[in-house]
Amino acid sequence: MPLARSHAVALLGIDGAIVQIEADISSNLPAFILIGLPDAALGEARDRVRAAAHNSGLAITARKLTVNLSPAALPKHGAAFDLAIAMAALAADGKVPAVSVDRVVHLGELALDGRLRPIPGALPAVLAASRAGYDTVVVPAGNADEARLVEGVRVVGVASLRDAAIWHGAELEPVECDPIPGPVAVDPDDDAGDLGDIVGNEDAVEAAQIAAAGGHHLFLLGPPGAGKTMLASRLPGLLPDLPAAEALEVASIRSLGGAPVGSRLRVRPPFEAPHHTASAVSMIGGGSGWIRPGAVVRAAHGVLFLDEAPEFPAAALDALRQPLESGVVAISLVNATARYPARFQLVLAANPCPCGLSGVDDRACTCSPFARRRYLGRLSGPLLDRIDIQLVVRRITAAQLRAAPTRPRTSVAARERVVAARAVAAERLAGTPWRLNAHVSGPWLRSPAGAPVRGATAALDRALVRGALTMRGYDRVLKLAWTICDLDGVDRPAADQIGRALYLRKAMAE
Amino acid sequence: MAAKDVLGARGESIAADHLTRRGLRVLDRNWRGPSGELDLVLQDPASREVVVAEVKTRAGVAFGHPFEAITAAKLARLRRLAGEWCDAHPELAGAHPRVRIDAVAVIAPRDRPAVIEHLRGIF
Repeated sequence: MPLARSHAVALLGIDGAIVQIEADISSNLPAFILIGLPDAALGEARDRVRAAAHNSGLAITARKLTVNLSPAALPKHGAAFDLAIAMAALAADGKVPAVSVDRVVHLGELALDGRLRPIPGALPAVLAASRAGYDTVVVPAGNADEARLVEGVRVVGVASLRDAAIWHGAELEPVECDPIPGPVAVDPDDDAGDLGDIVGNEDAVEAAQIAAAGGHHLFLLGPPGAGKTMLASRLPGLLPDLPAAEALEVASIRSLGGAPVGSRLRVRPPFEAPHHTASAVSMIGGGSGWIRPGAVVRAAHGVLFLDEAPEFPAAALDALRQPLESGVVAISLVNATARYPARFQLVLAANPCPCGLSGVDDRACTCSPFARRRYLGRLSGPLLDRIDIQLVVRRITAAQLRAAPTRPRTSVAARERVVAARAVAAERLAGTPWRLNAHVSGPWLRSPAGAPVRGATAALDRALVRGALTMRGYDRVLKLAWTICDLDGVDRPAADQIGRALYLRKAMAE
Repeated sequence: MAAKDVLGARGESIAADHLTRRGLRVLDRNWRGPSGELDLVLQDPASREVVVAEVKTRAGVAFGHPFEAITAAKLARLRRLAGEWCDAHPELAGAHPRVRIDAVAVIAPRDRPAVIEHLRGIF
């Protein structure tokens, strides 16, 4: 049959669309024509496929070969279509059974010697194939482990084009070759450091647990050496394990970035700490042709930590506002829009002034009042407004260091407390679209289900009247109070919880 | 005669025999025109076409398939030559309203029978 079909996946964000690959051989002079909106890397597939097929002992036809990638309007990029193009071309030539080739999705980049190279994004591509109803996917051996994380799909890992042809039933002798390995996976479930490493700082440790329990964003203000970075890096350890769907999304994003995924689904939340010279594009994601996920996306379902937050370019910080609000990043290209999940927990850390000593040792601080004001002014109002917990972290004194800790802290114990609090919140919020206190709406907080104890808001009301709190800030204090209740096993916020919630917001008011 | 020319001449006669068996009639061989040479000119009574056939002969495919040697420039020259042949033979060309360009590959190893491939209408 001079016509054959195969399938591959075009990725856009972490979603993928099935691409049908048609190969036609017509009686004409030898030519290899590739049509259907390929980018530069995909256009080079012609030469890779030709050489790889020849070196596998399966030469491409000496006739005119036309390969069409459809739908033609969908932009396609990268080298992951090589295997599907080669299989369709060989099937059209009768070298490989066409019926078998038509039934499966092929993913993989070809090396010139005919071996298959692992591709970035194998996991989301296999997921997309599964959602589109395909039950068999042929992937490079180096991607087989991560592809098998998708349930309900038969994953065939092959080392070379020849192996793939033999799997489809081509009558060829197998030739031994070394498979090209994928990125080496690291131990999947390690969180950096334990809460027990932190000395003193009771307020800050409690705030971290509140942040973890309620999904609240966190701003830590304090002098250098106060333990801000240490505390922030412990936050992922306090978060519960990711549910399967979210873990799969996190793994898909890692796969897209070319990071190792491993053979087991990583259930610990990711932690991203971009350097403060990061641009807006590196935060959100971007690139010409195909869109790489940025730090915000890599932190999805985990923690995004911006150390020295005022040092970040204003554009990078303000780019956070959209994902903070909507939980997704949508990046538009000329002819497509890529969507990435971006619901993360934000942790900002900042010094109080450029030299860092303001508020600690005011005489030693060399910054002018203007410099101090301008420093924190770089964090825009709309951004800070979205951060529920704004806490001052102080340096540990010698007395605190000497004082024996009343009870040893561990991340495991704290995480159990957080999980229990989240369960209480989830039960209360059953029937609403929210699962975490940080996400509930203002009207819910004033409904009978969400209102605090009558009269408990007196201090809050005074702050509102004084103008010390905005209405949005008022709601945020109530959300925090609910989380404190969940952690302490209290039914409903009373004056005590609201007072503590107010304290957690006072860093910027000082 | 150089070895390659011997092979080429042998290929052309194999191709002519092959096409004759297919019902075509040879009108001209190795016709020299202003732009170069035509290997075979035939007529196809079934489709009433003048057929200009380019014959490529190889002893093997180690250096590529014979068809791969027919480049775009070669095709353009064939087309030009086809027109020149028709101008030179108005009585034959007039009887046939159309001209077709074919390619014939002859893979003729020294010790085995030749393999012939024929492509019709390669323009």
